[in-house]
Amino acid sequence: MTTAETFLYLSPELTLLLVAALVFVLDLVWRRDPDRAHRWLPWVAMGGLAVALIITVALMARNPSAHIATMMVIDPMSLFFVAIAIVGAMLVILSALDYIPARTPYVSEFYALVVVAVLAIAIIVSANDLILIYLGMEFLSITSYILVGFLKRNRGSVEGALKYFLYGAAASAVMLYGMSFLYGATGATDLEAIARVFSGGLTGDLALMGFPAIALLMVGFGFKASLVPFHQWAPDAYEGAPTPVTAFLATASKAAGFAIIARVLLVGLPMFQEKEWVPILMGLSILTMTLGNLVAIQQRDMKRLLAYSSIAQAGYILIGLVAIGRDVAFGGLSGLLVYLFAYLFTNIGAFVVVIAVENATGATDLPAYAGLIRRSPLLASMLLLFLLSLAGIPPTGGFLGKFLVFGAAIRAHFLTLAIIAIINSVIAAFYYLNVVRYMFFVQPPDGGRKAIAVTPAIRVALWVCAAMTLLIGVCAQPFVTWAAHSASLLAAVW
Amino acid sequence: MIPLSWYLVVAAALFSIGVYGVLTRRNAVGVLMGVELMLNAVNLNLVAFWRYVTPTKMTGQVFAIIVITVAAAEAAVGLALVIAAYRTRRTVNVEELDTLKG
Repeated sequence: MTTAETFLYLSPELTLLLVAALVFVLDLVWRRDPDRAHRWLPWVAMGGLAVALIITVALMARNPSAHIATMMVIDPMSLFFVAIAIVGAMLVILSALDYIPARTPYVSEFYALVVVAVLAIAIIVSANDLILIYLGMEFLSITSYILVGFLKRNRGSVEGALKYFLYGAAASAVMLYGMSFLYGATGATDLEAIARVFSGGLTGDLALMGFPAIALLMVGFGFKASLVPFHQWAPDAYEGAPTPVTAFLATASKAAGFAIIARVLLVGLPMFQEKEWVPILMGLSILTMTLGNLVAIQQRDMKRLLAYSSIAQAGYILIGLVAIGRDVAFGGLSGLLVYLFAYLFTNIGAFVVVIAVENATGATDLPAYAGLIRRSPLLASMLLLFLLSLAGIPPTGGFLGKFLVFGAAIRAHFLTLAIIAIINSVIAAFYYLNVVRYMFFVQPPDGGRKAIAVTPAIRVALWVCAAMTLLIGVCAQPFVTWAAHSASLLAAVW
Repeated sequence: MIPLSWYLVVAAALFSIGVYGVLTRRNAVGVLMGVELMLNAVNLNLVAFWRYVTPTKMTGQVFAIIVITVAAAEAAVGLALVIAAYRTRRTVNVEELDTLKG
């Protein structure tokens, strides 16, 4: 590949890097005029992200399958996840416009760090080498620790960040231990070279490597995707973090975790599918959705409830990977992509409502939502839509995602898994509808006379999330085709 | 020459000590030290595998150097968080950091 082509394929990453640097530099230049910095820097970041999104979509149209020195692969699937991360970050910045300046004087750093986190995700999802995977994961983790602990005078924020950091550091060390064994067994760190060594026949020591290596790797990946039992950080970090950061962690960062699980297992370790990773992923999936849902029922804080709900959702999403059969349709992986795409808008939308209520009342517990329908019909009806989508009720995007993923499981003869997942969806509907009960039927303490004001930025973010949630559910075909197309090249490699 | 397995056993022992430290220490700095031990076990593994499996390619050594570098960056952010926690709470004991639960 020529240098020009390398630059072309790396242009989304380069753009993100330049935008982050630009925000940092402009913050210094406008140091004596903080009002101007606070007013313009979010829009600099938004504009830069929009440019990166346009480039990513343009690259998608070229349908590339480009290797950059065996380290990175730019293919439709990696671009799909880059697009998810960029859109997520744009919605997060929109929702943070009032939230962050009200709580800390360090505003510009926040926008720059969100862009840096997107860059980290862009590296992870196209990484094709254990070294770059580790670097990307650490890059995203370290950025996320700072973002979670961004309100450094707030007890919850710092505590959440410290717990996130301690779990994250330990999980990545365990993951590295697994990587060192993969390297030792194959003498390579490049995923395709690893696959070549293993496909030469699983004899003796090589066959023994599969299970421990995959189990150790899944600790690090599962931590990012917040799978049980590597989820303990999630409720605390989600509750303590500034709410826009929580929205980012629950969607874009989680999606990166799934992207890397899919790539490592499908490209690097396909021959360990039957005996090793399908059982591991199946166990993780059942544990994740069941525990996530059962604990979510008892939650009285909206952020914590959504944290456990997002853990449970990770369990459903994982079914898509379990269900990957050796069939042409490859329904599991494209179902997973559709699910993640719908989940991005649904979950960020729910968090935007939480942010709006928190801006107005300062509270995130369930009683703060009592009588929301009278105080703000817009917020209440939006949250109703997002909760219905999270519960998987048609005609929303959440329903389509669940339908495709559970359908793939049934087609691949994982009937038990599909049944457990459906039972879990029913349990989940209980606590989602409990929030609805608070919003519509519980009397607010002050009689509900105080209306909640919704700022234009939050309004735009809400409408975008709601429109996309409905659009994915109502006119599903283009999204399913797009996801199937994005998954197809990885399927071909496999 | 010392066989490869000896290095792997030492690394496994070091890793286990690190895990033990992470699980039992209540002081955040102590947990961080446990993590550093785990990372050093990984480095030992990587360098031993490099020497015995692919002595002509530098992959293992490069990987180890990258791990050391990233560990330093991670420790910098981690210790900053520990200091921030100490400033707001006057403790770095992870059991006393318990405002968030449920």
